[in-house]
Amino acid sequence: MHNKTLSELSTSLHNGDISSVELTQHYLDRINKHNGEVNAFITVTEDKALEQAKVADQQLQQKTAGPLTGIPLAHKDIFCTEGVRTSCASKMLDNFIAPYNATVVEKINDAGMVTLGKTNMDEFAMGSSNETSFYGPVKNPWDTNRVPGGSSGGSAAAVAAKLAPIATGTDTGGSIRQPASLCNLTGLKPTYGRISRYGMIAFASSLDQAGPMANNAEDAAMLLNAMAGFDQRDSTSVERDVPDYTANLNDSLEGLKIGLPKEFFDKGLDSDVEATIEAAIKTYESLGATIKEITLPNTSLSVPTYYVVAPAECSSNLSRMDGVRFGHRCEDPKDLTDLYERSRGEGFGAEVKRRIMTGAYALSAGYYDAYYLKAQQCRRLISNDFKQAFDDVDVIMGPTAPTTAFNLGDKTDDPVAMYLADIYTISTNLAGLPGMSIPAGFVKGLPVGLQLIGNYFDEARLLNIANRYQQTTDWHKQTPAAFK
Amino acid sequence: MSLDKTDVEKIAHLARLAIDEADIPDYARDLNNIFGLVEQLSEADTSDITPMAHPLDANQRLRADKVTEVDQRETFQAIAPKTEAGVYLVPQVIE
Repeated sequence: MHNKTLSELSTSLHNGDISSVELTQHYLDRINKHNGEVNAFITVTEDKALEQAKVADQQLQQKTAGPLTGIPLAHKDIFCTEGVRTSCASKMLDNFIAPYNATVVEKINDAGMVTLGKTNMDEFAMGSSNETSFYGPVKNPWDTNRVPGGSSGGSAAAVAAKLAPIATGTDTGGSIRQPASLCNLTGLKPTYGRISRYGMIAFASSLDQAGPMANNAEDAAMLLNAMAGFDQRDSTSVERDVPDYTANLNDSLEGLKIGLPKEFFDKGLDSDVEATIEAAIKTYESLGATIKEITLPNTSLSVPTYYVVAPAECSSNLSRMDGVRFGHRCEDPKDLTDLYERSRGEGFGAEVKRRIMTGAYALSAGYYDAYYLKAQQCRRLISNDFKQAFDDVDVIMGPTAPTTAFNLGDKTDDPVAMYLADIYTISTNLAGLPGMSIPAGFVKGLPVGLQLIGNYFDEARLLNIANRYQQTTDWHKQTPAAFK
Repeated sequence: MSLDKTDVEKIAHLARLAIDEADIPDYARDLNNIFGLVEQLSEADTSDITPMAHPLDANQRLRADKVTEVDQRETFQAIAPKTEAGVYLVPQVIE
């Protein structure tokens, strides 16, 4: 049952072969059995899930159900869920029961889906290995001594271990695509503004974007249909029609022009990963695509640019966590400054503190021009590289991550080494472009992700390109042995 | 550029973060490494480049000046650490 695609599950539910309550119970049982091995969930909402499943079953019986009705999913614990703890994997919000739903949650509820629970993540989405969580690291289902990637590591591990058929994630610098790559999933970060950020706890507001983490491109398209759309409540949401993302999945790739940026195949890329990516590109050639080497000359600026923009925005966003209105408050503050400083000092973990301090310094008097302004200018240079590239090609491809999953603890002592795990994904966020990672093979039993980068609002095209590849390969169908 | 103990203490205070004395050397090292990475930006020629604040260069959307939100004080204060008579309580600020 847990190896079916979303459309297969939908057919079974609509035919009455299985009820949503049965399907939901099946996944809850799997979570009970396996979550201890991977630590993918922070909160399991068993009672609410079964309630939602009962409502879904009524809709299915009354023939008022949609394609997603009754299908379970997991939400990254960054999305506010009314009446349910929304921790962002931080001690700061360990006691935070969200008073409202994020728009994404609301839309997915309206589509009739069943929420199984909230998944583990790096604290406030800051990390690339899921090791900064207050609730302990997530383990990669392909090798539990290794990281699942981050920050959406819990969502990735939950879907890879078949504890949920699909999950939501968020991506600020690679947080959907890099864990998708490390856990053999299909992950999509849409164009900035495509999905509402309302109720999604803010990390870096000019970069954050939600998206689906799925077993295949068709599943991702189905969930994106429910997630995408304009929202009055998000001031950066884009007013633009939402197409049916499943409509063009089978279009031919004949004549597709693929650009390979030479900077993505440079030193730092593992040679086995490189060979895997090259084999995937060959498959695309056999599907009728043509290949062109391109250049994104400012790629080397993307990590340093990101580590000014993201910390600066996070230091501002996280200032709302002050121990006054919600979240952790220290014992017996002696004055207001003590209340702020100790509540925040106790509530935030080391990586969050590092980033807040980086941002506070970059924005402090006398340094704004040298850091934030300079970084915003470099951001324009990076974005212009992509604009130029898309004059000649339809899609850009390369590796999602420079290596396969690394061992737990390998990079925790060296923040800068950890930051470089996102070297191929960050530029997409800075430019605001949509990006995907899809399973492209294995190196020593560990998954390798192929990254697809599209032009603005080309999500349907990306999903089509991913789907055609998945019709001729079966990498995405592989399941880790311990979770079959 | 090199940040020392005093700089780290000042930054932590600006960010309203209490940090352990014992952790200061680690924060200093990490922040210096991060700003070492960021230093690469100074090599980029950005003369005449307009800073990019929004990936699609969108402007802030305006809305009609109408009341759209209802009062939810009780709901929001239900999760507050300390409230009394509808207000949030903090240590005394004015003597």
